[in-house]
Amino acid sequence: MSALGRRRFLANALVVSFVLSGRGLAQDKKLPPSLAKTPHLDSWIRVNADGRVTVFTGKAELGQGIRTALTQVAAHELAMPPAGIDLITADTDLTPDEGVTAGSHSMQDSGTAILNAAANVRALLAEAAAWQFAIAADQIVMRDGAAHAPDGRRIGYGDLAAGLSLEVQAEPDMPRREGGTSVIGQNLPRLDIPAKVSGGQAYVQDIRLPGMLHARVVRGPSDGTKVKAADIAAVEKMPGVVKVVREGGFMAVVADQEWRAVKALHRLQAAGWERSAPPIPASDLRETIRRLPAEQVTIFDYPGPPSPADARTIRARYSRPHLMHGSVGPSCAVAQWANGRMTVWTHSQGVYPLRKALAELLRLEPQRVRCIHVEGAGCYGHNGADDVAADAALAARAVPGKPVRLQWMREQEHGWEPLGSAMVVELAAELDAQNRIAGWRHEVWSNTHSTRPTTAGGLLAGGELDPPFATPKPRPIPMPEGGGARNGNPIYALPNARGTFHFVEQMPARVSALRGLGAQMNVFAIESFMDELAAATGADPVAFRLAWLKDERARDVVRTAADRFGWPARRKGGDGVGTGFAFARYKNLATHCAVALEVRVDRDTGEIRVPRVVAAVDSGEAVNPDGIRNQIEGGIVQSLSWTTLEAVGFDKTHRASFDWSAYPILRFPAVPGRVEVHVIDRPGEPFLGAGEAAQGPAAAALGNAVADALGVRLRDMPLSPQRVKAALRPVRAEPHQAAG
Amino acid sequence: MITLTVNGKAHQVEVDPDTPLLYVLRNELALNGAKFGCGLGQCGACTVLLDDKPVFSCLVPVAALGARKVRTLEGLQANGKPGPLPSAFEAEQAAQCGYCIAGMIVRAQALLEKNPRPTEEEVRSHLAPNLCRCGTHMRILRAVRRAAEAMGGGVRDVAEQTP
Ligand code: FES
Ligand code: FES
Repeated sequence: MSALGRRRFLANALVVSFVLSGRGLAQDKKLPPSLAKTPHLDSWIRVNADGRVTVFTGKAELGQGIRTALTQVAAHELAMPPAGIDLITADTDLTPDEGVTAGSHSMQDSGTAILNAAANVRALLAEAAAWQFAIAADQIVMRDGAAHAPDGRRIGYGDLAAGLSLEVQAEPDMPRREGGTSVIGQNLPRLDIPAKVSGGQAYVQDIRLPGMLHARVVRGPSDGTKVKAADIAAVEKMPGVVKVVREGGFMAVVADQEWRAVKALHRLQAAGWERSAPPIPASDLRETIRRLPAEQVTIFDYPGPPSPADARTIRARYSRPHLMHGSVGPSCAVAQWANGRMTVWTHSQGVYPLRKALAELLRLEPQRVRCIHVEGAGCYGHNGADDVAADAALAARAVPGKPVRLQWMREQEHGWEPLGSAMVVELAAELDAQNRIAGWRHEVWSNTHSTRPTTAGGLLAGGELDPPFATPKPRPIPMPEGGGARNGNPIYALPNARGTFHFVEQMPARVSALRGLGAQMNVFAIESFMDELAAATGADPVAFRLAWLKDERARDVVRTAADRFGWPARRKGGDGVGTGFAFARYKNLATHCAVALEVRVDRDTGEIRVPRVVAAVDSGEAVNPDGIRNQIEGGIVQSLSWTTLEAVGFDKTHRASFDWSAYPILRFPAVPGRVEVHVIDRPGEPFLGAGEAAQGPAAAALGNAVADALGVRLRDMPLSPQRVKAALRPVRAEPHQAAG
Repeated sequence: MITLTVNGKAHQVEVDPDTPLLYVLRNELALNGAKFGCGLGQCGACTVLLDDKPVFSCLVPVAALGARKVRTLEGLQANGKPGPLPSAFEAEQAAQCGYCIAGMIVRAQALLEKNPRPTEEEVRSHLAPNLCRCGTHMRILRAVRRAAEAMGGGVRDVAEQTP
């Protein structure tokens, strides 16, 4: 394009965007939240001269397939092949700040923002093409990364963009692309999988930088402990050891080779350890939490007449222990302190909050810290990712210029990761003479479900420096999302129903966000209790649920799972064989998920096997149905592991679940025989994100199936072989018996 | 100087003789396939083949290898293209985070080389040493079945167990 033409075109582009602004000015139209926070189009999408498009997201790939789904959203709306898109994920130098990648929010937040931004960009490109072709914009067809005129003329996006500034504000509610090939709804193969199955560089653990050193952090065996003083001078003389870094109570060892760092770590740990925090209470920690002082928070209050005087009350109490994220790959980070800037490659779920916390820890301005997300092993919530980033940064600062890779040992991951809180739920319902629910009370006790760091005090190392940074005071997460109260509000249209969250501030063990937060426990309790009520009234569990479920999409999901499972024709429970059903809508505002499954319980060993699972899921418009299935399948298997096997153990001095032998999880022989997931697509409906939707329903369906198989209900997770056997003993001492 | 043969190539490395094979593969030979998961022989993320047998490379001191040959995920290629197992894992989209997958593929390779027609139960018990925290098991089993078929064998039985 000539200089003159280019200038005229630019001028025209401004007019175009002005015209567009005029079109979108309606006051009631709002940008989706991520886009409202970062409204300039070029923060999200840039069109390169060669026609390739770079898309930016503040969310991170965690193995949930977000890289692929977001690429699909952008490709679809830009009318171009996904292969023409490069997606840049969470990086504080490059991408928008979208907080943390958590709570199944990525498709809702970033997916919606990118969809909208891409629709804006497509409209701008179309208007630019219209001007060049000198025809009306509505005659232009955008396809395969180019604008096409009816007479066959074509201009690629690269050429169109040369004269177009995307440094303009997004307009709300841009119309979605219609017609043409749909990229949304396709099972585009995951873009990250080829490297993962061939040994390509895929993880932060795989980063190798020139001159990189290896480090290990030195800590006691678990949170609440510290190592005793060791002979540091001797360790510094070990072959390959570059430095033992000490700042206050923080200690790390840096060496030329990784194994040498490990050997030095072992030598430093050999000095022994002691408990530095108050002793751990001797009782089961869920009981401890139940009895500690708590702040009462109302979680819901559904109106209705008081229960009739002759109503019968059913009560039950459910609980779960502390659970571990248990990433298969221990947390890792690479950090480099160079030219007054700290760069950290991290698998943290929140690069911006981490940057803020690290800046405070290192006493730097935030702009002097760059956090770049690189995948780690699956995290399922707040694990050691942020802590290890701080550990690596402190180690790197002690060896200026040198990149330092620091990975936790398995025992450190098990010992120090923040756990999912233990919880207790008490439910009571009143049934009237017609066997209808006339009243409902939900009470839940829990520690916080988020201690994600936003300040230095939220990082392990922050508490070890001298002086230490203060640990922030935990606060309950308000509804409708909720933390311990998440999904405590039943989705059923119940009258006269109230719920209270007993928020317990004091934490006997380090805890934070674990996939689903309180939803797994609350759904386990509510959905077990619905079955108990159905049994008390002689109703079929699915029919009983449908009687109280008004939302049509919820009903569809319940019916689909029941049909595909063959619920009406299922065999009657008994003799160790049973079926169970459960449903929840995540947070009562996101993905609907129903699970039906069959169990076989070995009455001698107490082991539970799950031959078949059928799930149905509605997460709004399905961008990549197979990706949703993958998430739900994984969620089901993981939740069955939590529910049948897992409990973090403690003694008075420390966490006793120090490795996989002390904290077993499901292995191949015990995973389900078959898992079938049916995705109900809702084109045009908002994206809802499916990452956490299955945790509660899978747990409750299992509990219900075991009750069906044994005729005895187990209300305390895990439904371990010991608990199953204890429940089957002729004289039972069951603490939380339901009273009829 | 220690000499070892990995994926058909001889390498000389300068490391302490007690260094586990895993660290040599990852850091000296820049092979990403085998992963550090536990260093304790509990998770299988580090699985490699030693003369056709699956081993935990985190537990094998490099000096103890002797003449045994090492094969890693990177070695499971056929004419520069992914071999049957990696392709089957891709076709089945058998990964979430994928951190466990290299170990799964390598351990399954050992099984199918020895037994091209295992039963589903044999596949499950053979893979039992390897952990997956994402719950990708069902897809991993499907991928092994697909690979077995591609290799001219198959996996016998349905998954469902009888009581
Ligand atoms: S890393 Fe070797 S078995 Fe876990
Ligand atoms: S896919 Fe993540 S651990 Fe297996």
